Amino acid sequence: MWTHLQIELYKIFKRPRTYLAFAAITALIGVIQLGLKVDGKEYTEFVMADFATSFSVDGNILNGYFICYVILQLLLVHVPLLIALIAADMISGEANMGTLRLLLTKPQSRTAILLAKFLAAVVYTLLLLIWIAIMGLLFSMLIFGTDDLFLMKSSYVVIVKESDVFWRYAGAFCFAALAMVTVAALGFFLSFFAENSIGPIVATMSVIVVCTILSTMNIPLFNTIKPFLFTSHMNNWKEFFDFKVNDANEAIIGTIQNPQKIIQSSCILFAHIVGFVGAAIILFRKKDILS
Amino acid sequence: MSGIKLKVLVGLVWIFVAQHSNAQDVNELVRKVKAKLDLVNDYTAVGKMKTDVAFIKAPVGAVKMFFKKPDRFKLQRNGGISVLPKGGVSFNMGNLLAATGFTAIDAGTGEVAKIKTRMVKLLPNGDNNDVILSTLYIDESNLLIIKSVTTTRENGTFEMEMSYGKYATYGLPDKVYFSFNAKDYKLPKGITLEFDDADKAIKEKMKGKKGRVEIIYSGYEINKGIADQLFK
Repeated sequence: MWTHLQIELYKIFKRPRTYLAFAAITALIGVIQLGLKVDGKEYTEFVMADFATSFSVDGNILNGYFICYVILQLLLVHVPLLIALIAADMISGEANMGTLRLLLTKPQSRTAILLAKFLAAVVYTLLLLIWIAIMGLLFSMLIFGTDDLFLMKSSYVVIVKESDVFWRYAGAFCFAALAMVTVAALGFFLSFFAENSIGPIVATMSVIVVCTILSTMNIPLFNTIKPFLFTSHMNNWKEFFDFKVNDANEAIIGTIQNPQKIIQSSCILFAHIVGFVGAAIILFRKKDILS
Repeated sequence: MSGIKLKVLVGLVWIFVAQHSNAQDVNELVRKVKAKLDLVNDYTAVGKMKTDVAFIKAPVGAVKMFFKKPDRFKLQRNGGISVLPKGGVSFNMGNLLAATGFTAIDAGTGEVAKIKTRMVKLLPNGDNNDVILSTLYIDESNLLIIKSVTTTRENGTFEMEMSYGKYATYGLPDKVYFSFNAKDYKLPKGITLEFDDADKAIKEKMKGKKGRVEIIYSGYEINKGIADQLFK
């Protein structure tokens, strides 16, 4: 399987569209960083307009940690498209080029071949996230410096001590990786049903858009299915940036306000991955490749 | 009949004299407190600041404070981001008593933190003063302000409670509890990009609690001189 994984990775990184995703990420992050470097003060004044009437905030709010948070908030909505470009092409691409039969003549089980393909998509997804981390976090830290992380949530404000931030980003990126692998698994599953790449890519994005809308709409009819939609859990990387306070409202450094929510969301995302990949394997093993 | 009139007159005079002497007493008391605070020309203090506002989760931070006569005060956080209620924390007793002229009115006695205090209402004489009214709870025996309730034009009403230790001779506190009315805070979800509802228990906890800032001073450097530029 290792050899097959290497072959699949070779195929992925031979395609220009793979690098298009990295270029798009670089451009997007660069644009956000440039905008916030030039007009960041106006942005923070706008966001803090209500808060600033009662409180004065002193310190470097617009630091690298804050910039990375903004980038993650904006990018993690769009990155699924870049992941779908590759993951949704994994089986359908072979079918499109007519290489699926040839591929399955190899002396390996269909399950092993499919798992190698999925693992290759996972590696691509992880590399994309590592690139986001390098560009969004490390470059932002270099450009904007570091300080405490000042976050304005919809009903309260959180100030995370500088020394307490980095591990939270490590956790958030790990969680985001799980969320993005779920997208990859969905794309991979849908790629089984088509013989061209466009269909599964569009289908993957459509499923994500519809599920995201259902997750964000606060309508009782949808509230019952919300907990089961993977899109309801993809944004929970933010939970890493909220901590517990004691009775005196003092921050307890190194804690997470709602760790069980992260665990629960991780389990649901993992279940989706297993479900999508498992279903793809079951269907692929029965697939008639002769017709 | 004339005897009754005389008694009434004597009574009125007595009340007037008694009140006047009380007013003189509290003016004298405030002057003595001011004289004690006047021993300090400037100070640099280090300490820790704890912000306890229902909708703000913030770590305890190290702070540095600077004061210079007559009314310059600056609070600086030693690194990190600090959130302070506008106007309030930079207010101190030196500022208030340094204001040009005030009228002191005796408001009786009270007990704060098991210390018997004299309550003095302080009305600044100037029309342009930000402070409208301040009630001081003064420990008469030690000439220390234990508590103050101040109403300002710009920043509402806030309370300060002070406890003293080794710098009591200068009228400088070891601990200051500053409390104020904090408005409820809300930011549109479209801005925060948070579409899920926060935990109800957290939301309830965040509502309508009085804001408090606690400053614990660990040391003062008194009358060592501070450059004016520091306050710019």
